[in-house]
Amino acid sequence: MAETENRTFGVVSTGNWKDSFYESFEETPLLTAILTVMCYGILVLVGHIREYFRFLEKNRGHTEPKIKGFVPLLQSWESFYTRNVYRRIRDCWNRPVGSSAGAYIDVIECHSDDYNWSLELTSKQYHVMNFGSYNYLGFSERDGPCAKAAIQSLSDNSIAVSNSRQELGYTHIHRELETKIADFLGVEDAVTFPMGFATNSMNMPCLVGKGCLLLSDELNHASLVLGSRLTGATIRVFKHNNMTDLEKKLKSAITEGQPRTHRPWKKILIVVEGVYSMEGSVVRLPEILELKKKYKAYVYLDEAHSIGALGPHGRGVTDYFGINPKEIDIMMGTFTKSFGAAGGYLGGSKELIRHFRVNSHSSIYAATVPPPVARQIISVIDIIMGKDGTEEGMKRIHQLAWNTQYMRRKLQEMGFIVYGNKDSPVVPFIVFYPTKLAAISRKALEMGLGVVVVGFPATPVIEGRVRLCMSASHTREMLDRTLGILNQLGDELNLKYSRKSLPVFKEDNSLLNLKMTSGQP
Amino acid sequence: METLPATWDMYDLFQSFLRTPTYHLIVEVCLVLLIIKLIFSKSYKPEKTVLSEKEKDELIAEWTPEPLVPDIPEDHPIIKLMEKNIVTGPPGKYINIRNKSCINMATMNFLGMISNKTIEEEAVRCIKKYGVGSCGPRGFYGTMDVHLELESHLAKFMNCEEAIIYSYGFATISSAIPAYSKRGDIIYCDEGVSFAIQKGLAASRSEIRFFKHNDTEDLERLLIEQQQKDKKNPKKAKVTRRFIVIEGLYLNYGDICPLPKIVELKWKYKVRIFMEESFSFGVLGSSGKGVTEYYGIDIDEIDLIAASLENAISSIGGFCVGKKYVIDHQRLSGLGYCFSASQPPLLAAAATQALGILEKDPGLVTQLKENCLRVHEGLNKIEGVQIVGLPFSPVKHIRLVEPSDDRDLDIQTLELVADRSIENGVACTVARYLEKEEKFLPPPSIRIAVNCQLNSTEIDRVVTVLNDSFNQVFSL
Repeated sequence: MAETENRTFGVVSTGNWKDSFYESFEETPLLTAILTVMCYGILVLVGHIREYFRFLEKNRGHTEPKIKGFVPLLQSWESFYTRNVYRRIRDCWNRPVGSSAGAYIDVIECHSDDYNWSLELTSKQYHVMNFGSYNYLGFSERDGPCAKAAIQSLSDNSIAVSNSRQELGYTHIHRELETKIADFLGVEDAVTFPMGFATNSMNMPCLVGKGCLLLSDELNHASLVLGSRLTGATIRVFKHNNMTDLEKKLKSAITEGQPRTHRPWKKILIVVEGVYSMEGSVVRLPEILELKKKYKAYVYLDEAHSIGALGPHGRGVTDYFGINPKEIDIMMGTFTKSFGAAGGYLGGSKELIRHFRVNSHSSIYAATVPPPVARQIISVIDIIMGKDGTEEGMKRIHQLAWNTQYMRRKLQEMGFIVYGNKDSPVVPFIVFYPTKLAAISRKALEMGLGVVVVGFPATPVIEGRVRLCMSASHTREMLDRTLGILNQLGDELNLKYSRKSLPVFKEDNSLLNLKMTSGQP
Repeated sequence: METLPATWDMYDLFQSFLRTPTYHLIVEVCLVLLIIKLIFSKSYKPEKTVLSEKEKDELIAEWTPEPLVPDIPEDHPIIKLMEKNIVTGPPGKYINIRNKSCINMATMNFLGMISNKTIEEEAVRCIKKYGVGSCGPRGFYGTMDVHLELESHLAKFMNCEEAIIYSYGFATISSAIPAYSKRGDIIYCDEGVSFAIQKGLAASRSEIRFFKHNDTEDLERLLIEQQQKDKKNPKKAKVTRRFIVIEGLYLNYGDICPLPKIVELKWKYKVRIFMEESFSFGVLGSSGKGVTEYYGIDIDEIDLIAASLENAISSIGGFCVGKKYVIDHQRLSGLGYCFSASQPPLLAAAATQALGILEKDPGLVTQLKENCLRVHEGLNKIEGVQIVGLPFSPVKHIRLVEPSDDRDLDIQTLELVADRSIENGVACTVARYLEKEEKFLPPPSIRIAVNCQLNSTEIDRVVTVLNDSFNQVFSL
């Protein structure tokens, strides 16, 4: 039994992890690349013509007025892009929602009378399948034990605690939360913050400073980039998940020392994410740890998208690779995704966490985690760890793993270019053109499917993509319906670009099929 | 025109060649040789030291990094104090520390919104409708209707075109500043600004010029200086954005910025104003709209107002208000807005509810003002300390009149006072700073936050307890 489970859910602790580590990033066909760039070119050209005739427009409240003597507030290219490219398809983002971010979501229709300059909410709602929210384990729920616990904490505690941790903002509920999360992660101690983004940006400056080197993956999240910038350390970027490049940079850093002075670096910190949210790739952690040992660097691991969502026990990438979490110096993650809450944590050795408690910007200048949110996290951890006395947690973890593999496999079979790791619950597929992004987003919504589309500047110009976020709350029937919709749209909009043969990896489709016909709830 | 035959040309050339003196030929040959040599010779390069693989390995083996974090002992005073003063239950008007119910003078719960029943009910309704988290950033299905409601309510309350909300107070201003001010721009900033603003300045990578706290003459001096520089380099001046960054009510000083004068300077020197109103929003002005209402200044004069929802509103989050074109820019460029999960719906709904309460009952603001005056008057009687901050400010700092040269010693004294007053039933805290990171470190103080719900007996008790605590500590 144990062995079957291991094979199904991609634990790679036994044997060589590389055997079952499969990632793919199919190259863009040249012609498509050229046409996509041309597509943007036309948009920009039309934009320039529009700008020329802008004086004819009646409603000009949304464009920057010229105030005599003042330098324009907005940078010209940025706001040009917003006005002329983003504005035309802006209804594909920021869609207002009138329900919880569960398996289904109620998207409120927006209507515009003035070519998308302003959007008005209508009374119409689309009840659609939610493949856009980061609700990996399906804990964004309106009822059930977690919501109940959160409601209870409102009367036991308060909605929020606005004091900082060191100024009487540290309550029993925070102590409980921090012990719980440390236990869950398998680290000595942990500290929590009410915003995931701020966990990175406010705490990285406590770790490194001038004379230190930060080696950062090129696709790291904006919060890590901002945090790195605020440290004052030298930042060098290595190619995404490319260990040869990382080793080259580590080697030259140590042998050459700091630029100009050639003094040795004080410390070197490698900053990586567990699962990359735009590519769906999983960090090559075993290799990073080898390099860490060889070059005595420290590792900062951001598990925003992997905690709860990866590994046989839902404990993130370390669990996935069967690595002891204590080998990682700083374990960071957020509660926004799998936990259906908000905020972030840092885990590590006792000394490290003491340092954060005393010296973190957040410990002194900002509020602590709101009690209802903390309660939600605590009860979710209890469920995942099976401490509530049910199998619910394990069931959800298995369901998510199965959903992920099923979805990825089927999309590949249909001929979409699917990016990323076979076990990553973030499933992006490439559609290239900005026009197709808008088309698929709008059509899918009408057909009952909510997906996220991402284009330039969040991705490279030629790699506009649709992103599906898998959830344990999706049922087999929902997956099949989604695949049906995507298949139809794929044919209609000509999105099936893949020219590659289907991948083969260890736990192959025989197992998937087996699971599909039998054990699937 | 007739062209000469080519043969003649060559012939003539040859003849003249024969006629040239020998020394001339020699010189020319030498020159040609020199040019050839220059073309083919390699340019000078200093010898590069190429390390062998073995040497590299040795260097790598030799290198020992510093420890990741400094050693902080298990019994560090701050850790000990945090564990000692751990809070049970809600931090309302009373706060439960060390199994004792203390009057809460530490939480910025100015309007008593914590534990308000209507707000709580609204939060319960929200959890039942939306769950706890929103599971996504605003762009990707993380915009709930309660967020939009809060935004439009804030815009309406502040009489502005548009409002934007962030999910964390600290992230609000620190994301807003770098959304507009980039490398090469200039920011004039008050020396007394709080830490979140300082981080925003750092993230913007602009040129920062600090002026003395609330000193408009110093600000004008800097502006004139820049005006002269601009005259020398008008091309650069044309693309350099300028901003004045101020706080409405300064957390670190409890005083108000001289806004009318600053607005005057804005138009005179063409600088935009960003104002942080975390501690004046819901506090100043007759209906709590902040410093602009207090001075009677048109809110459109200020380009951007940012504030936290964590103080008077007692939720978690922050917001910015201003003109539509200004605020909308943040929806794609505010890092903490775009790349962070949205505020949990229950917190947004709680904020909307609190805002509604404030709107309906401006008496809260008046009550708060009266309490502030009363607390100020009482505290002023304590000997050996000075009360920093305006009488009607809900944030007050109690500083030692005669500080010693040793900052740590003074903090210890104040720490003792705070400890004693907690023992005696009044919860207050020493204002904490990251001493190495602050640009201009304020002197040590005990920071008092006034709640509008306090009655006169409670205020008298606060004053007595603090007075006794100070006397006890001073007599040690």
